[in-house]
Amino acid sequence: MTYPAGTRVRVRAFDPDHHTRMPRYVRGQAGEVVAALGRWPLPDDSARGITPPRVQTCYAVRFSAADLWGSGDHTVTVDLWESYLDRA
Amino acid sequence: MTGHDELPAAARTRRLEERLIAAGLSSDDEIDEFLTKLYANASPVNGARMAARAWTDPAFRGLLLAEGNAAAAELGFSVPPPDRHGYQLRVVANTDQVHNVIVCTLCSCYPVSLLGPSPGWYKSFAYRSRTVREPRAVLAEFGVALPEGVQISVWDSTSEARYMVLPARPAGTGALGEDRLAGLVTRNGLIGTALV
Repeated sequence: MTYPAGTRVRVRAFDPDHHTRMPRYVRGQAGEVVAALGRWPLPDDSARGITPPRVQTCYAVRFSAADLWGSGDHTVTVDLWESYLDRA
Repeated sequence: MTGHDELPAAARTRRLEERLIAAGLSSDDEIDEFLTKLYANASPVNGARMAARAWTDPAFRGLLLAEGNAAAAELGFSVPPPDRHGYQLRVVANTDQVHNVIVCTLCSCYPVSLLGPSPGWYKSFAYRSRTVREPRAVLAEFGVALPEGVQISVWDSTSEARYMVLPARPAGTGALGEDRLAGLVTRNGLIGTALV
């Protein structure tokens, strides 16, 4: 596990022409790791039939609405595989 | 050429199934067997029983919030892990300070075995796009008015985890047994679009 809970991470600027589970609205955004969920096959690989797919830790990462949308007082937590993230 | 997004959902689904079968990735029998199993015992009654147990048994509540799959198994519900066509169950608890709501912005991920088939609105573009953007307005349309100080925490189900909300136990229910308590828990309460 690379990013323990509490780590600030930033979602990579990433716009692939293949399937990904990184929702566009968090691209480039910084958030905080809430939990490491598990190590699972990377859907970007699985969906392209790459065998074996990379297996990576998936993290729940919390973002503030103010960062995502410029307004709002809620938070949004998104599950993101390790290769979508860099340390912020 | 007709765009496939103009077809009714059932026809689009069947076209996709046919492509998968033609590619040798699945078969009608396999799809039928999977769907039969998926829906056989799927009901929000299951999630309601888990919530009621959590309200009355602090040890179970701890297990439910830490290891959802193990907690489900304790009540006899089979939730296989992601590598066996299941999911990792993550339960998030409502408190005086935090109200949780679940969504899947990419598609419609949902803990079907514990909540039953997902409602149509859960799969709608409006719910999926607006819940991450303006959850307080979305909840108000469901009739949920939260006090100003309550923080809204939205969970977007983008991975092999499936989220379920543990509603707060209603006031004045101290004398009720587990069965009566379970009867108070609604499907929308487990999604976070209703209070219990």
